[in-house]
Amino acid sequence: MVSKIPNNCSIVTKSRPLAIVKVCEQVLSDLEANGFSNDDIFAVHLALEEAFLNAVKHGNKMDPTKKVKIDYSVGLDKIEISMTDEGDGFEPASVADPRYGEGLYKPGGRGLLLMNSYMDMVKFNEKGNSLYMTRYKEKPRLTKSQDRTKV
Amino acid sequence: MAEIKPRISVEYAEKATIISFTDEKILEESDIKALQDSIMSVVEQTERINLILDFGNVRFLSSAVLGLLIRLSKRIYEHDGQLKLCNITPKIFEIFKITRLTKTFDIYKDVEGAVEDLS
Repeated sequence: MVSKIPNNCSIVTKSRPLAIVKVCEQVLSDLEANGFSNDDIFAVHLALEEAFLNAVKHGNKMDPTKKVKIDYSVGLDKIEISMTDEGDGFEPASVADPRYGEGLYKPGGRGLLLMNSYMDMVKFNEKGNSLYMTRYKEKPRLTKSQDRTKV
Repeated sequence: MAEIKPRISVEYAEKATIISFTDEKILEESDIKALQDSIMSVVEQTERINLILDFGNVRFLSSAVLGLLIRLSKRIYEHDGQLKLCNITPKIFEIFKITRLTKTFDIYKDVEGAVEDLS
């Protein structure tokens, strides 16, 4: 099996909701090229969309002069993404759980829950304006040598 | 000539109004605003609407769409109407399950099932 070199990339975009379209195209095509499953691609797509909209809306407060920085790395077995906005940050623990009580009937507040559900790890910096998330490939392909050990 | 790309198709059946989403992906803020405006204009035509939303074409949506559905359901329930969702793919249904919106929305396998259950 030919090993692929992990793809590392840094993107700085304008803080506009539509700017995520090109970012997703690039990241998802890298996932596809590295053999990630449709489930992986769906999950990363959703997490990217949610994270970016949070950065633009809640982080940068829809200020079009601000930017969002996205760094990502696609490896053989996982994708790592970090996203940083120019906002004041927030305290993730202060976000109410949208699955219970009044939260269930509120139109917003589900982005963080979906990111946490679809990625294997999501963590924020202390300020709360930068997140790191990763997802491991659902069914990593075994190398030939490992394949032979299978009964 | 500019191409017309409707975001929804509307069928006025005997017991219900059936709205189908025509887009595979419902993501962008502008899409969602346009969708909401289109659906609300249909909803506001009928005092007590029985609305069935058919997700058969939808392969991807973000949490912003869930917000749209909640706003829509509030408007419909306030006017004693009924809202039912159907034809949701397993991947999209998973989003409803994770957010526990399966508890607040009536979800059916297909349009026929949703129509049958109208009171």
